[in-house]
Amino acid sequence: MSDEPGSTAVADPPPHVPSHAGDSSTTVGDRIRFALRGIGQTLITAGMVILLFVVYEVYITNVFAHRQQVKVHSALEKEWAQGKDPLALPGGGSVGIPIGDGIANVYIPRFGKDFAFTVVEGTDDASLQKGPGHYVGTALPGGTGNFAVAGHRVGKGEPFLNLDRLKTGDTVIVETKTTWFVYVVKGAKGDINALDADGVPGREIVSPSDGNVILPVPNHPATQPTEKLMTMTTCHPKFTATQRMIVHALLNPKLTAARSGSRMPATIDALYGKAGA
Amino acid sequence: MYVWIWRHLPGVLALKVFQVLLLVAAVCALLLFVVFPWIEPHLPISQVTVDNQ
Repeated sequence: MSDEPGSTAVADPPPHVPSHAGDSSTTVGDRIRFALRGIGQTLITAGMVILLFVVYEVYITNVFAHRQQVKVHSALEKEWAQGKDPLALPGGGSVGIPIGDGIANVYIPRFGKDFAFTVVEGTDDASLQKGPGHYVGTALPGGTGNFAVAGHRVGKGEPFLNLDRLKTGDTVIVETKTTWFVYVVKGAKGDINALDADGVPGREIVSPSDGNVILPVPNHPATQPTEKLMTMTTCHPKFTATQRMIVHALLNPKLTAARSGSRMPATIDALYGKAGA
Repeated sequence: MYVWIWRHLPGVLALKVFQVLLLVAAVCALLLFVVFPWIEPHLPISQVTVDNQ
């Protein structure tokens, strides 16, 4: 400690900083400086907090979501191992499945071998934090109609981060207790945005209120479903909620394989070779 | 505000720095584990569903 008047201790602020508003030593200049410093510090703090929020959204939520995904995945594996199938409930529909429970696993060869997510029932915030969520009331995997699934694009496990990279003809594999289903992304003549013969495109960008995309026959409310479709929805553009990116795929019954044990059959595994990069 | 906190921290410089780091960590933890998870559902940034009729 130094008592010299000229000492410049950086750590300890100089004693002329007003600590009491009514100090006789405070000048107008001091007060203005004090106020400006306060505003400056507040703005810098706000900036740091917002930066931290971005880090939270993009990285930290992934950590939380991964933990929940692992939990729901192992719960489903355990159920399957015990011979229970959450999809085979009385009634046959998805009515009885508890919200937030795992129902199936999804694999997308284009996203690589390590892309595997357990789809949960329900599309509320809590369910979507565990993994991609199945819209309650839409068809079940392999069912006639539209197996519709929503998933986060940035943060929270980001299952559908690269949904925009899917091309016409790409496969989406859905594993249930009994079956491996293979859906093929729609589109005509290699153009994913083009309508195919059924009037459904491979990909479309719609407004969040456009629930028609998850109808049994997407965008055709009056038509009775005959085909087995899968629809994936996520936010678009990245980081925003102004629109939704929708990808439609059609079941290829020829590639459907029975499931016994957790090993991927050779025919399903072979789909990874075709995916390319 | 920061000046005020700094002046009220007891101890020598090293101890003060340690306390500051502790405070920063506590504030970050509070934001990441309490404030952000609570505030996030109210922000229109992570909605991925379409209206389900």
